[in-house]
Amino acid sequence: MATTQLPALQPAGRPPRRASRPSTQHQRFNTPAGRAFDVVNVVLLVAVGLLALLPFLYVLAGSFATELELTTRPFFLWPHEFTTDSYASILSSTAFVRAFVTTVAVTLVGTLVQLALTALMAYPLSKVELPGRRTIMTVVVFTMVFSAGMIPTFLVVKELGLLDTYWALILPAAINPFSLIIIKNFFQQLPQELEESAKIDGAHELQILRHVVVPLSKPVLATFALFYAVGIWNDYMSPLLYLNDQDMWTLQMFLRQVTASASLSAQDMGTELPPPAQGIKFAVVIVATIPVLLAYPFLQKHFAKGMLIGSVKG
Amino acid sequence: MTAVVDVERAGTPAPPAPAAVRRPRRRWAKVVRFRWLLLMMLPGILYFLLFRIWPMWGAQIAFKNYVPFLGIQGSEWVGFHHFQEFFSNPDFPRLLGNTLILAGLSLFVAFPLTIVLALLLNEVRLSVLKRTVQTLVYIPHFLSWTVVVSLTALLFAIGTGPLSSFLDGFTGTETNYLADPDWFRPLILLQTIWKSTGWGTIIFLAALASVDQEQYEAAVIDGAGRWQRTWHITLPAIRPTIIVMLILQTGEILNTGFEQIYLMSNALNRTVADVFDTYVYFTGIQQGAYSYSTAVGLSKAIVGLVLIFGTNWLAKRFNQQGIF
Repeated sequence: MATTQLPALQPAGRPPRRASRPSTQHQRFNTPAGRAFDVVNVVLLVAVGLLALLPFLYVLAGSFATELELTTRPFFLWPHEFTTDSYASILSSTAFVRAFVTTVAVTLVGTLVQLALTALMAYPLSKVELPGRRTIMTVVVFTMVFSAGMIPTFLVVKELGLLDTYWALILPAAINPFSLIIIKNFFQQLPQELEESAKIDGAHELQILRHVVVPLSKPVLATFALFYAVGIWNDYMSPLLYLNDQDMWTLQMFLRQVTASASLSAQDMGTELPPPAQGIKFAVVIVATIPVLLAYPFLQKHFAKGMLIGSVKG
Repeated sequence: MTAVVDVERAGTPAPPAPAAVRRPRRRWAKVVRFRWLLLMMLPGILYFLLFRIWPMWGAQIAFKNYVPFLGIQGSEWVGFHHFQEFFSNPDFPRLLGNTLILAGLSLFVAFPLTIVLALLLNEVRLSVLKRTVQTLVYIPHFLSWTVVVSLTALLFAIGTGPLSSFLDGFTGTETNYLADPDWFRPLILLQTIWKSTGWGTIIFLAALASVDQEQYEAAVIDGAGRWQRTWHITLPAIRPTIIVMLILQTGEILNTGFEQIYLMSNALNRTVADVFDTYVYFTGIQQGAYSYSTAVGLSKAIVGLVLIFGTNWLAKRFNQQGIF
C-alpha cells in the first residue's frame, strides 16, 4: 500500500543487483590518469575524515590544558602542561553533577518508554489484516509532513500538566513516525511461520511479540533504542520549552549556560571557588559528547543495515 | 495447549451463517478477532491523538484571540486577523529573506556537497579506507546542536580560538566572528556542512551500491573514461534518489532548524539570524502571544505542505518517480 512506503529510504528504480567482478573492475581504472585520481581522491577523503574529528580532538586536548595555555596557544592537539583542573572543577560543581545525573536518568527511562511504545504500535501494524490499519498509517504519514507547530504542542503539554516535569522531555516525542514505519516494515518481513507456530502452541500475542518477534529483531530495535537515546540526550528544545526550574536542567542546558557566558561565578556552578573560565567550557563539551561517542560504535554497526532493511519493503 | 486457543475462541460470537453475513457484522468480528493486537496498539494511538492530533485541533487558536483563562473553546473568533497582522508586519519580509537565504545555502551548497562526497566515496576501491572515512564523517551527525555551537564558540573565540586567530591573521584585525552579522550565515553553513554532509551520503551510497555493474563494463569497452561513466551511468542511476531527497528538502525550506539558529543568535546578529522558527518562539513562548505565533507557525507549516506536494507534482510531471 502506497502510504506505508518510506520515501526517503527507498532506493527507487533499483536494477537487479549483480555481483561485482574485481578483475574487470581493476582493469578499468588502471590508466595513469585513473591512478592519479585515486591518489588525489584518497588524500581528499582522509582529509575530510580528519576534519570531521579535528574540532573534537582540539577540545579534548584543551580540556586537559591549563588556563594560560588555552589563552596563549591558538591551536594544539597535545597540551604542554597536562592538568585535570577543569574536570575537577566541574565534578565539584553541584549544578553539573545534578544536570548529569538527571540527563542519564531521563535518557534511560525515556528510551525504554519510547521504544516500548513504538514496538507495541509497530507490531499490530505489521499485520496486514488488522482492522483500521490503513487509517492509522495515513494519520502517521500525515503527521510526518504536517505538524501543528511549537505553540499548539506547548499548550497541549501545559494542558496535560506536564510542564516542569521530566515527562515533558519524553512523551511529546515518544513515537518517531519514521522509526515506527521502519520497525513495522521489519516486523512485516519476518517469517510468518514462526509466529503461527507459536500461536498454535497457545502463545498470546504479547508473548509472541516478547519471545518470538523481539529476539528476531534485536539489531533493529537496538539501533532505534540508540537513536532514541541520542535524541533525548541531545535534546535542547524540549527542556528550553518545558522546564522553567533551573534545578531541573539537563546537561545540554547546563552546557549552553557554561559556553555562552563569558565567566561563571561560583554561585552559578554551585562550587566554592570560581571555576577556570576557559577550561571548564572544554571539559563540559567533552562530558556532553563522550556518552554519544561511546554509543556510536554500536549504532554504527547496525544503523545502515537497520535503516535499509526496513525500508526496502513497502 | 489447544485449550488456550479454544478459550480464545470462546469469547467471540459464533460465526453467523454465510447467507446472513452483513458488512458491519463481519467487521466487528474482525475487531474481536484482533482485539489483543488492537489493545496492544492503544498506547501508541493515544500518543498520536494526544501529541500529534490534539495540537492540530488546538491550532485553531490562530483564528481566535486565545486567552488561557477562557480556554481554546471559549476564546473569541477573529478570523484571519493574526495572519493579516503577520503578513503586514515589517518583520515579515526580513524573516522570509533570512529563512530563504539559509535554506538556499543548504539546498545549493550543502546538498550538492553531499552527493559529491558520496560519489567520491563510491570511487574508493580500498574498502577498509572507505569504511573508516564513512565512520568518521557520520560522527558529527550524532552530536547535539548545543555541542556543535559550543565547538564553534571555542574554535572562533575572540583572539584565542584556533580558527578566529587563523582568520585574523589574514585580515590583521581581531574580529568577533560569533557576533558579527556578516559571519552569521557562513558559520551556519559551515556547521550544517560539518554536521550533516557525511550522514547525508548514506542514502546515496545505498543507491550507488545498486547500480548495475555490467553497464560500467560495457562503457569501458566502448572507451568511456571515468568522468563519462560518472556522468552517463552513475548520475542517471541515482537520479530518482536525488529527486526524492530534493522533494523532501524543498518541504523543509521554511524549517531552518530551531536549535541551531536559536543557539547561534545573539543580540548583535538578530537582523540576519531571525527566522520563522525562532520568531515563533520569541513571540509565543517569551512574549505569550499564543494566537499570533500559532498563526505564524501554521502559515509556515502550510507553505511547507504546499511545497512538498508541489515539487512532488512537478517531479511526476517530468516523468520522475515522486514520493507519494
